Amino acid sequence: MNAKALILALFIAAPAHAQSFAGLGEDADGFAIPVPGTTFDFPTDHGPHPEYRIEWWYLTANLTGADGRDYGVQWTLFRSAREPRGGEGWDAPQSWMGHAALTTPEDHFAAERFARGGTGQAGAQAAPFAAWIDDWEMSGEDTLDQITVTARGDAFSYALSLDAQGPLVFHGDNGHSVKSAEGQASRYYSQPFYEVAGSIETPRGPVGVTGHAWLDREYSSQPLGRTQSGWDWFALVFEDGSRMMAFELRDTENAAFGSGSWIEPDGMVRPLPDGSFTAEPLETTDVEGRSIPTRWRITYPAEQLDIEVGAINAQAWNDLVFAYWEGPVRITGTHSGTGYLEMTGYE
Amino acid sequence: MRRAALLALLSHWRRQPLQLIALLFGLAAATALWTGVQAINSEARASYDDAASALGQGNETRLLRRDGGPLSPESFVSLRRAGWLVSPVVEGSIGGATLLGIDPFTLPPTAASPNLADGDRLERFLSAEGLILAHPDTDLPTGLPVETAANIPIGQATTDITTAWRLLDREDFSYLVLSANQPAGLTPLAQLAPQLQTVTIEAGGDIGRLTRSFHLNLTAFGLLSFAVGLFITHATIGLAFEQRRAMFRTLRALGTPSRTLTGLLAAETALFATLAGLIGVALGYWLATLLLPGVAATLGGLYGASVPGTLTLSPSWALSGMAIAYAGASAAAAASLWRVANLPILAPTRPRAWALASAKSRIRQAIIGVLLLGLAALIAAQGHGIVAGFAMLGALLFGAALLLPLALDTALALAQRFAKTPVLNWAIADTRQQLPGLSLALMALLLALATNIGVGTMVSSFRATFTGWIEQRLASEIYITAQTPAQAEAARMYLETEADAVLPVRRTNARIAGAPAQIIGVVDHPTYAQGWPLITASADPWRAVATGKGALVNEQLWRREGLALGDTITLLPGWELPLVGVYSDYGNPEGQAITSLAALQARVPDLSPLRYSVRTDPARIPELRAGLEEIGLPSGNIVDQVEVKDVSLAIFERTFLVTGALNLLTLGVAACALLTALTTLATMRLPQLAPVWAMGLTRRRLAGLELGRSAVCAALTFVLALPLGLAVAWALLAVVNVQAFGWRLPLLAFPLDWARLALLALLAALAAALLPAIRLARIDPSRLLKVFADER
Repeated sequence: MNAKALILALFIAAPAHAQSFAGLGEDADGFAIPVPGTTFDFPTDHGPHPEYRIEWWYLTANLTGADGRDYGVQWTLFRSAREPRGGEGWDAPQSWMGHAALTTPEDHFAAERFARGGTGQAGAQAAPFAAWIDDWEMSGEDTLDQITVTARGDAFSYALSLDAQGPLVFHGDNGHSVKSAEGQASRYYSQPFYEVAGSIETPRGPVGVTGHAWLDREYSSQPLGRTQSGWDWFALVFEDGSRMMAFELRDTENAAFGSGSWIEPDGMVRPLPDGSFTAEPLETTDVEGRSIPTRWRITYPAEQLDIEVGAINAQAWNDLVFAYWEGPVRITGTHSGTGYLEMTGYE
Repeated sequence: MRRAALLALLSHWRRQPLQLIALLFGLAAATALWTGVQAINSEARASYDDAASALGQGNETRLLRRDGGPLSPESFVSLRRAGWLVSPVVEGSIGGATLLGIDPFTLPPTAASPNLADGDRLERFLSAEGLILAHPDTDLPTGLPVETAANIPIGQATTDITTAWRLLDREDFSYLVLSANQPAGLTPLAQLAPQLQTVTIEAGGDIGRLTRSFHLNLTAFGLLSFAVGLFITHATIGLAFEQRRAMFRTLRALGTPSRTLTGLLAAETALFATLAGLIGVALGYWLATLLLPGVAATLGGLYGASVPGTLTLSPSWALSGMAIAYAGASAAAAASLWRVANLPILAPTRPRAWALASAKSRIRQAIIGVLLLGLAALIAAQGHGIVAGFAMLGALLFGAALLLPLALDTALALAQRFAKTPVLNWAIADTRQQLPGLSLALMALLLALATNIGVGTMVSSFRATFTGWIEQRLASEIYITAQTPAQAEAARMYLETEADAVLPVRRTNARIAGAPAQIIGVVDHPTYAQGWPLITASADPWRAVATGKGALVNEQLWRREGLALGDTITLLPGWELPLVGVYSDYGNPEGQAITSLAALQARVPDLSPLRYSVRTDPARIPELRAGLEEIGLPSGNIVDQVEVKDVSLAIFERTFLVTGALNLLTLGVAACALLTALTTLATMRLPQLAPVWAMGLTRRRLAGLELGRSAVCAALTFVLALPLGLAVAWALLAVVNVQAFGWRLPLLAFPLDWARLALLALLAALAAALLPAIRLARIDPSRLLKVFADER
């Protein structure tokens, strides 16, 4: 048993009593609980929130190489707290995990890093903005308008410059994103308007790339309901400039719970309540011995949207201690474009 | 029919219960000795494997500070931020154990991590109170949050960095583990951290390599014991066959097919093998539990390898024990079965002296013996390594054993020429006639005696050399280890005025010629020149050491690297010194070098300043001890010379406890072989004795002659065993020891030990002959008369 598999448990297994409310805005262990109507405070909220159990800085990018090929890049930093406090020192009760991946039409490379908080090996700060683990770093302006992102693994590396072409976007009720019918929620906002330029390197050599990227910021103390087994999450960028974020949380006992946002080219957001859109697997692929849906049909009648979303590389499996599917997709149908798909819980 | 035949065959054993016991005992003893040794070996190996796969022992690359000092947390973070996959480890002593503080977040997946999967272990591991994982046999202070974990080697405890820091009262790292897979394109370490060096810890650990020879030693003993046990089995089965010749003929005449008879006999052998095998495995397990603490002490004392003192039952060696019992029984019975299968139906039933081998076969045996001796000589001249050493020993022992019948016969033939009286003449002739029947048992005795002499001589030589060496080497009267530098300084100040001399003991770990070694820095003091026995040295070696112009190395390093005086040795990177002398350093598995303290201090500035050795008048030891305790040194940190010597000698004695025990067991088994052979021969010899009795020799006189014959045979065997044993001792000291331990010892003679052993052999032979002799003395004369009546 690898110790890291257990460290991961720190990220996904919240204690059973986490849901019980001990006081307003706080759970039994003293962790903060998202309260609707709270306003964001930037740049502070771009930095870490040690009073919440989990948090992430999650970037995905659809890129086109100078060689004309499609590429996808993922950069993620997860924070997990054992106690609701930050602080310096090797005994700080925070854990950090980094995932980086690079997808080409034929290959998928992924790497991971782990670190304890309080040592400087990994962390995040609001001003000047930086989020890092080892030599992987996302940093730049306090507004997040211009940032750079780097990471490398055994067989790949990338360095990207990101320039925001639109405003920050707040999901759910002004950033209060409900995750289940029982009321689990997170604080969730995005910057989906990045234009990207940079370079990637695979065993075939370095390639210059351009494209668009999507940054998700989310923190919460109630990750999932007990019966929720995994999620399918879409971040779609259409050629007309509109964007759509949609996710479905699969449930072992109840119907799946869906939610999302329709984002106009100017950044105006319309929440997608449960049941307002459909996501239906059309085709599965055998990935590492698992059957994974890699082609989906998504409909959103309010926008007359009826599209097919297909993986650019069906084998985009992040074969890490916490394994899941994450890769770039191509959109066809009433709308066309590219985007990212994440699927967890397919064991 | 088959049932009747089987009952008839088995009835033999009812009439000869002693033979049955001998058969079962021989096979069981052989199996037991083999199984016991296997059990010990497998237990020890399993514990090495644990140790080797655990963090800190296995195949890993470490980053250390060149000066041997600790690394700061900042240096770890800056390497991680530069992309290098390193993981910090802090190592320190707590109680009698080594405490390893690890960072489970960054530990490479290839490094075996403690099992944190049970329940909330991980949460507790990372909690403020902490969690220490250790083997149940590890000594740790009480009151710590310890939980047992079997995959951590004995003597080691693993915990989180933060817990280790708190317990060890420090906030730095001993080393960083460097992950095997690093991302491409990193800034080179030499540029990022020039103060660090990478050290690769060899796969399998040094312990496996060091202890291999010890286990080979044990295995050789196990095989030897097994061979001796087989002699008994072979002898018994052979006898039973001869004694049942008449029965075989009757059964065949009554219509039992040859195939059925052979099959029944094979089944009988299988039955006995199963029975004896089971007994043997049980005995072997018991033997192993008795010996294992000694083996554990040996391995701990000699190599610092931790092996649990308790045995876990493993089916693998139990199965191997049963297998060897079957193999042994079939080897012992094969010849007999062959003869039964080919027995002419009307063959004469006269015991054809089962073992009455013709002179021809005796000579054939002797030729093989000579060839084996030649092979031994060849291996001695050409062979290298410990396996060759044991192969030579094997060839030597079995070659000599095969020559034994011819040698005894020649000796007896010679004696016969000088026999004045007819009775004596007859007795010698009769002994010669019996030799073939006795020779197997006597061969077993020869092997046991020779091994005993060889191993005994080795141990005694070792003990004498070691005792003399330790007397010289431990020249200082008191050895102290302070707890803090301040306390060390206070102790030094006190001793400067009170004692004759205070000699700092400063050492650092290094790698010399690629293997772990220690460098000791010494000051210029006559204690060293007078005290350290040097094996070889250039002129005035201590002068060269004192002035930093030369270094001494221990015998192990000298032999391993094949160094010669004047050769250049690299002590630390960039620090080379000529070799000026070699000293004995028994009991230390690693290389060691001695040089000037000033020179060492210049290269390694932060040597631990806590240890001193003190010269003083022995009468003042209690007074100084009291004074040092007043300064605050715990009494356990003040050790006087006598204590060190006692501890060292105790370790030494325990080291050879196992060897001694196996030695004695082998001799015991050999005595049993002799008893079996004599007892069974006695019943067959009536036709030879009856005429002598009829000519007027009393039964009592005949019994006396029996005893004398047994004693003479044993004595002759001992005389032959003596040179053989010395050859064995030489091989052990000059070949096996050098390979196994890295030191060579002088061969010393211990005539008193030999005399004692000779007496023991005579007693064993007499004891073995006693029962048959008493029976003969009390035999009913009518049975002797019956011999004439039965004569065909």
